[in-house]
Amino acid sequence: MHDNVFSLHNILFGVYPYVCLSVFIIGSWLRFDREQYGWKSDSTQLLSKANMRLASNLFHVGVLAIFGGHFVGLLTPHAVFQMLMSDMGHQWVAITAGTIFGLTALVGGIILWLRRFTNARISITGRGSDKFVLTWVMITLILGLFTIPVSIGHAGHGDPRVVTAMAEWIQSIVYLYPQPAYLEGVDTIFKLHVLAGMTVFLIFPFTRLVHIWSAPIGYLARSYQIVRSKRYRQT
Amino acid sequence: MKVRAQFAFVFNLDKCIGCHTCSVTCKNTWTNRKGVEYVWFNNVESKPGIGYPKNWENQEKWKGGWTLVDGKLELKSGGRASKLLNIFANPDLPEIDDYYDPFTYNYAHLISAPLSEATPTARPVSQVTGQPMEKIKWGPNWEDIMAGPWVDRSVDSNMHNIQKEMYGQFENTFHTYLPRICNHCLNPACVAACPSGSIYKREEDGIVLVDQDKCRGWRFCMSSCPYKKVFYNWESGKAEKCIACYPRVESGMPTICSESCVGRIRYNGIMLYDADRIEEMASTKNDQDLYEAQCKIFLNPNDPEVIAAAQREGINKDTIIAAQKSPIYKMAIDWKIAFPLHPEFRTLPMVWYVPPLSPVQSQLDQGKLPTGPDGVIPLSGSMRLPVQYLANLLTAGKEAPIVNALNRLIAMRSYQRMKRVEGVVNTTAIKAAGMTEEMAQDMYRYLAIANYEDRFVIPTGHEEERLEDPHGFQGQNGFTFGNDSSVGISKITLFPRRRKESMEPRSEPTFAGDR
Repeated sequence: MHDNVFSLHNILFGVYPYVCLSVFIIGSWLRFDREQYGWKSDSTQLLSKANMRLASNLFHVGVLAIFGGHFVGLLTPHAVFQMLMSDMGHQWVAITAGTIFGLTALVGGIILWLRRFTNARISITGRGSDKFVLTWVMITLILGLFTIPVSIGHAGHGDPRVVTAMAEWIQSIVYLYPQPAYLEGVDTIFKLHVLAGMTVFLIFPFTRLVHIWSAPIGYLARSYQIVRSKRYRQT
Repeated sequence: MKVRAQFAFVFNLDKCIGCHTCSVTCKNTWTNRKGVEYVWFNNVESKPGIGYPKNWENQEKWKGGWTLVDGKLELKSGGRASKLLNIFANPDLPEIDDYYDPFTYNYAHLISAPLSEATPTARPVSQVTGQPMEKIKWGPNWEDIMAGPWVDRSVDSNMHNIQKEMYGQFENTFHTYLPRICNHCLNPACVAACPSGSIYKREEDGIVLVDQDKCRGWRFCMSSCPYKKVFYNWESGKAEKCIACYPRVESGMPTICSESCVGRIRYNGIMLYDADRIEEMASTKNDQDLYEAQCKIFLNPNDPEVIAAAQREGINKDTIIAAQKSPIYKMAIDWKIAFPLHPEFRTLPMVWYVPPLSPVQSQLDQGKLPTGPDGVIPLSGSMRLPVQYLANLLTAGKEAPIVNALNRLIAMRSYQRMKRVEGVVNTTAIKAAGMTEEMAQDMYRYLAIANYEDRFVIPTGHEEERLEDPHGFQGQNGFTFGNDSSVGISKITLFPRRRKESMEPRSEPTFAGDR
């Protein structure tokens, strides 16, 4: 237990999450309000199509699956989770799914990263933020993959404490009752992964990542043709 | 019946000289910007040829336009679910090299090069990367006037069902220009394929636009447009397309490509059509019936019932009058000499083409072509440009309407020639082509003379229809309160909304006579 409330640990895992979440939400909203012209997926497929089908699909499917896994696995209240499976079961599911989709995203991501940095058209036309954000997401992903052997070590000893501690910590953040103490006993690699992951939310509104907000699910229910009228209509 | 007005075009291929003035004025007006160096909203192709982008007409390759699935209209590239499943990488997207790697030349080197034995040269530089290019291998008009080997050009999809070898021989070669812009279709595939719902058709004039604020750059519009006339700005990450020069058109001016056309081949005008029949007509079973089906969708602007229905839809009087004087209606419906480009794509395109005749005329004058019983109209099979080729381009391969149109164009010339050169009125040819003298004279006026006011019949936009409170708007044009030039689409905003234009009472004043 840190006696000093303002210890680095407390700031990183008790204050920084709120900084990241606030910037993520307010920043996204502000940008959507004021800078919609810049709100886009920023595809580079036109400039170079080679391997995009493979790499982009692997990367996106992998990352989305991992995000969904984190969301469900960490935010489901402990009591609810225990109705479904044991803590050990939870940990093994996380290890298995994390490995499969982590490697999926890693393979796709490496191809995309090489493309972004070595393909002349993509590298020269890309902005600094495009290179930075891809690199940062890859660092987060690789840190996440490095946690897997550690998790397997814990799981091998029948120790589910790390996974429950992480979940309890995140939930304490969400419930606005931050308990950074949960992370004190956790291996450093997990902490690094968490810090990198939180930072993704921090940089989110300032990068092309905003396109995630615009996943066009509504298209499934839309009529094909759209006609807009300039005429003023009384509403 | 749901009447709508459509701003439409006819391009008279018979008079196109392939000067590219349309392309250049369009480029200088709209796409001389970063990210769209490779984009030509207007381009002129040399046919036969594979065009821009390469082989755009081959929908087995690009999957553009619509197709019938169990008799029902569906995007050829697949429905809504397939769009979302392919959203991470669009399998049908052209690459920039399918258009061309845009280039400029290092002109500065000509001046800054140090003294040397050899004259300095300006090497080509890619406008995408800024790096020198070893060799320019393709451009937007690489096949200009039959450039390149026939084996490459004859890949042209319109050579379907035509003996290619024969037309590769020097004495049998044929050629025509094909200027192309966005067709502002009645059943646009780009609109249907846009997952964000950012592309829309304007109700007032049918111009198809991309909402630049709402576009997210998913790029399905690009691949779904069978004409490949939606482009991706790689700098802004947004789709861009021909906007039919709407700021000009709203002021009653023709599009810049039409205005600047030296051959006077372009016509702008209004067509009234029945929006309730779009799906029915685009779903016509047989490809070859689609041209006639599209003709059926247009409404006669002089029919009192149509006029009444148009007024009920809120179509203003200026637009109805323009529709009545429309050069498009005359050529497409009254005279049947204009045709849609590739009706088999099922988008109901609204840039129509008068088929070219010119290669025939000199042979005709020399009496080299076998003619029918009237002694003037040549047998369709004897024309230099194979009728089948034009039919593949304009009527999904159906020859009869093309032959009929060519006969009318020849008959009109024959009639005028007799009248002007020999001073004799001879109606044999026009009668054989099923025309009256009045029609021949009108065709002559519109096609040969092509006066400005006959080519362009454009009603001005009615801005007052847009405004909730026109009185409150006076004195404010150009002065807004903050970020107001974009109307924006956010329903919920963090920022204070602007207040109403004025505090004037909104109730309609009563007529003095009613009191």
